[in-house]
Amino acid sequence: MVNSNRPESYWGGMGKRLRRNKTAMAGVVILIVFTLGSLLAPVIAPHPVEQMNFNSRLSAPSTTHLLGTDDFGRDIFSRLLHGGRISLLMGLITVVLSTLIGVTLGIIAGYYRRVDLFIMQGMDILMSLPALLLAIAVIAVLGPGLTNAMIAVVIAVIPSYVRVVRSAVLSIREKEYVEAVRALGIRDWQILLKHILPNILSPIIVLSTIQFGVSILAAAALSFLGLGAQPPMPEWGAMVFVGKAFLSQAWWMSIFPGLAIMLVVLGFNLLGDGLRDAFDPKTR
Amino acid sequence: MSDILLSVNDLKTYFPISKGMFRNSDEVIKAVDGVSFQLRKGETLGLVGESGCGKSTTGRSIMRLIEPTGGTIEFERQNILDMSAARFRPLRKRMQIVFQDPYASLNPRMTVQGALEEALGVKDPQMSAKERRDQVKELLQMVGLNAQYATRFPHEFSGGQRQRIGIARALAVEPSLIVADEPVSALDVSIQAQIVNLLQDLQQRLGLSYLFISHDLGVVRHISDRIAVMYLGRIVEIASKKDLFARPLHPYTVALMSAVPKANPFRKKERIVLSGDVPSPANVPVGCAFHTRCSYATDVCRTVRPVATLASPQHYVACHLYGTEGMKYIENRTN
Repeated sequence: MVNSNRPESYWGGMGKRLRRNKTAMAGVVILIVFTLGSLLAPVIAPHPVEQMNFNSRLSAPSTTHLLGTDDFGRDIFSRLLHGGRISLLMGLITVVLSTLIGVTLGIIAGYYRRVDLFIMQGMDILMSLPALLLAIAVIAVLGPGLTNAMIAVVIAVIPSYVRVVRSAVLSIREKEYVEAVRALGIRDWQILLKHILPNILSPIIVLSTIQFGVSILAAAALSFLGLGAQPPMPEWGAMVFVGKAFLSQAWWMSIFPGLAIMLVVLGFNLLGDGLRDAFDPKTR
Repeated sequence: MSDILLSVNDLKTYFPISKGMFRNSDEVIKAVDGVSFQLRKGETLGLVGESGCGKSTTGRSIMRLIEPTGGTIEFERQNILDMSAARFRPLRKRMQIVFQDPYASLNPRMTVQGALEEALGVKDPQMSAKERRDQVKELLQMVGLNAQYATRFPHEFSGGQRQRIGIARALAVEPSLIVADEPVSALDVSIQAQIVNLLQDLQQRLGLSYLFISHDLGVVRHISDRIAVMYLGRIVEIASKKDLFARPLHPYTVALMSAVPKANPFRKKERIVLSGDVPSPANVPVGCAFHTRCSYATDVCRTVRPVATLASPQHYVACHLYGTEGMKYIENRTN
């Protein structure tokens, strides 16, 4: 460019502010460790996931079994690595699905005021139920299992997307640049895609990051209740559930998967908060 | 007359006062209440009035950015209010709008190039990429900007530059009418003059017609051929610039003009200060809307709504006092 000292671009400034935020970077580090661990699980896991060893049942953490073994003598550390794949993938799928559905509904509600009332009343009904209770109700209808647990979580988190997106759209649609392109005769779907969506991306990104953690937590909770992933799947929530019966003899069976859940959710929350500050430095 | 570009007749735009889902009230805010005027090709009509009098709503209603409640709008000899949205779309680009706030009128995520190309795409969807680039350059030069700026984002420009970009976007589709909604009110005075001059220059070159909305009588006086004065959703007086400033007839116009600062501090001037607030447009006074603040109001003003009467060629005033003894008193005060 001709001018060397241009004001920093939107994304560039955001990235710089995020990198300067230490807590957000801590979240990033946690998430990188867990993502790498899950991706490389087959390579770095010291023992095969399903390998049972009845000679070393319920053995305490040691050098052979870093985080101990469970009631079938399976290595907890290896199972945690593999369980991370399930949890992170599940979080990813639910976040992508609920973002797609929630953003679509939110944009429609915000831009077309005539259907706004109907959509928002539907969301109010969903929101009036505690998310976990709602998810349990959905599973009661669909039956337990990992897929159904994901559907339940998606339904439970959609309303928060619709609310955030709708209010963002409401403020953007009154901007004069939207009026200007309406005056040009640009079609509604083009206005929504080119002028409204790019300007509401930051709240969507922040919300998705935090919802990632929420979804993982909710899915784990459902598995813990026996409604999501079923044992012997190495899902973290399910592992906590199995370990609960052995809590007095082998605390490591429940504590480590529980810690894994906590750390991942913490990582997403730290990153989400950091992103919010980075996107909107004024509201800190 | 054949050179009439825009003819607005008894335009009404009401906003319902909604009180929630089950409590729809019949009350409405009469933002625009029976506005009529005509605009000739190549002419500038100034629309003045204080904040909230319905100037901007009038401008937006004409473009159907806000759907009017009633009345007719003839643009290029077609009644645009009868048209379906699909039929109106091709006509839409014939009238464009320039906004007050240069910081809100450009999409912050779009380069100047992107914004202008989008508008050019409306004019001619088949245009080649090279043609578009060339036309973007041309447009930027036309509004006095360096063509190299095309790849920049709005936040890299000053208010005046942004306003020029907004004008370029409006010009991209080759309109015949531009509604300029307070286009200079948000700018520094030195920049205001530049933008006003640019608008006048473009008008001469392209034969544009302007509906120039402003609360600044000085700017309106500079740019307009004719001026319409609005009060509470109605036009109270409309006349050529010369006529209006030489012989204002409506008491509100007189008061408005007495508020304009004069360059000569020694010139004797009577300042007419209106008492009270503008009544709520949800509850417009019966009769003449101005009677609550008019010092000449009579019984008929409080009951009958005045119609526009021809005072002299092209000079209309909506006031019961016109032609009565009281009028002479008003006229004396202004001289």
